[in-house]
Amino acid sequence: MRMAEDLGLARDVGRKAQESQAWALQDGSRIAVIGAGPAGSMFSYFFLTMAETIGLDVGVDMYEPRRFCHRGPAGCNHCGGVVSETLIQRLATEGIMLPDSVVQRGIESYTLHMDVGDVEIATPLMEKRIAAIYRGNGPRQSVPLDTHSFDGYLLQLAEQKGARIISRLVTDVRREEDLMSVHCADQHCDQYELVVVASGVNSRLSEMLESQSHNFKRPARTKTFICEFHLGREVIRETFGPSMHVFLLDIPRLEFAALIPKGDYVTLCLLGDDIDDELMERFFSSPEVQNRFPGAIIPEHACHCYPRINIRAAVPAYGDRLVMIGDSGSTRLFKDGIGAAYKTAKAAAKTAVFHGVGAENFERHYAPLCQKINRDNQVGKFVFSVASLVQKARFARRGILHMTANEQKQTVSPRRMSDVLWDLFSGSESYTNVFLRTLHPAYIGSLLKNLVVGNLPGSAGRNAHSSSQENGHVQH
Amino acid sequence: MAGLGKEYKEGEVIVRQGETGNCMFVIQDGEVEAVAEANGKELRLRTMGPNEFFGEMALFENETRTATIRATRPTRILTIDKKNFLGGIHEDPSLAFRIVQTMSHRIRDLTDRLAKFEEGD
Ligand SMILES: Cc1cc2nc3c(=O)[nH]c(=O)nc-3n(C[C@H](O)[C@H](O)[C@H](O)COP(=O)(O)OP(=O)(O)OC[C@H]3O[C@@H](n4cnc5c(N)ncnc54)[C@H](O)[C@@H]3O)c2cc1C
Repeated sequence: MRMAEDLGLARDVGRKAQESQAWALQDGSRIAVIGAGPAGSMFSYFFLTMAETIGLDVGVDMYEPRRFCHRGPAGCNHCGGVVSETLIQRLATEGIMLPDSVVQRGIESYTLHMDVGDVEIATPLMEKRIAAIYRGNGPRQSVPLDTHSFDGYLLQLAEQKGARIISRLVTDVRREEDLMSVHCADQHCDQYELVVVASGVNSRLSEMLESQSHNFKRPARTKTFICEFHLGREVIRETFGPSMHVFLLDIPRLEFAALIPKGDYVTLCLLGDDIDDELMERFFSSPEVQNRFPGAIIPEHACHCYPRINIRAAVPAYGDRLVMIGDSGSTRLFKDGIGAAYKTAKAAAKTAVFHGVGAENFERHYAPLCQKINRDNQVGKFVFSVASLVQKARFARRGILHMTANEQKQTVSPRRMSDVLWDLFSGSESYTNVFLRTLHPAYIGSLLKNLVVGNLPGSAGRNAHSSSQENGHVQH
Repeated sequence: MAGLGKEYKEGEVIVRQGETGNCMFVIQDGEVEAVAEANGKELRLRTMGPNEFFGEMALFENETRTATIRATRPTRILTIDKKNFLGGIHEDPSLAFRIVQTMSHRIRDLTDRLAKFEEGD
């Protein structure tokens, strides 16, 4: 498949103007969406909604072999399952409301655990605006309850808008004359005016695309770890509350570790540089983690997986009649991947409906979003490297703990550290925004003061040996 | 408890006429009524249920709330911040489409009511 060669980046403006009509979708055009994760379903939903508003009649076929009604890995797209505050608000504005059967728990605070103590950071509105969801229909062997998969719900929205679901695995995408053809494992083959690749990074499809096009580089990825602990609703309410528990531990290669309460289960999510057994061993043996569980005993996990996560975008993420969205294209580094899937899906849908499906259309109307995400991820890498330094420096952790705990006790003063940590953990704001706020003289001044005060003999963090609690910690 | 937003009891006021506001609200579950207060009397403007929103005018203008919104039964409501909303529109203007559509329905509804009122005069 010639994808990169067909990008037409060097074409002159006259040709662009002339061609723009040729790339416009017509009544009766057909689109294939490969993958019905959040990106694929949201693309189909927004595409069909926008097409309807302008009276464009286009058929959308969604290829997805996975059944989201299945329990365990077979029905799951493997992730921590946190839907960010920003995305919840955007979806609500769009008229997409997550039903209670999809939301396993509304999260209203983050609890940061460090060797120097714990601190709970509450949302200023005291309102549940972060959703803990299951991508599939719950962990392996879980008891069937009245729960619904997040991905299944989005797919249902796309289906209600008129998308046709094809339960097949796509094995090849080829350019044939002026159309794209999609080939499946069972020899099924069909032709389309546009192919949208939304197959994520846990599939072999992008490898296949890379092998066929010498200019295309699939997304870079790294191995992560997720598991589910069955603790029961009551125990979870008492020990975890409606709080997501984040760990800042001095463990090399570990960028982010969190316990996310959901229904009867708690999801553990470890992100970093190729999570392996050695790293997991260190994590599970740290007292900060053990003390989170009743009796400081970590139970057997009910379900686990090692999914890959996108750590560098695909380049280029589009060609004539071809576009890559969500994890297959550009996503946010370690945070709010579902939010990035929403943004890229909607931008690609708008381009296809209102501008056309040529490489130049995507370059002009879709690429700027991908570039913005990619640039922000560069800042994100820097932010994570600073966090790694904090992980290694105990005095810095004491200062952060002291500053956050004090802010949580006050109601009116600006909560600079709390807000920075909140946005960093929740992915509610861009890394650039978070970073710029840390350059504010008032933030720096306050941090310096707290570094001194937090390290004075007698301060709470100073006396802590393991998992002690700062005053700012709110008991559930 | 699963479910997003903040819970309000029956009769609890969510926004009060005359107050300034900087957010809008989307009903997750339950029902609210919008009432306008004038000369000590209350006029019920409409009721709203799941997935409907209110308070959107505060996002576009710095005026006070034009009606009081009260829960008519236990209700769960999600707040949309002005910052998040306007930031979203800046990135993606189509985000305002549904709000514009609803505001247009409301203007049509008010025009109809006004016409009926004048006919009755
Ligand atoms: C450990 C971990 C934790 C995470 N935690 C969070 C979190 O808490 N919050 C958050 O917002 N993001 C999180 N993410 C990121 C998030 O999972 C992704 O960004 C998001 O799933 C991307 O959506 P997508 O639709 O692009 O891809 P995916 O969700 O991967 O969906 C791809 C779909 O394509 C289908 N598919 C694949 N190949 C084919 C094929 N050949 N033919 C047909 N169909 C195919 C798959 O079955 C799948 O349904 C996490 C990621 C990891 C790894």
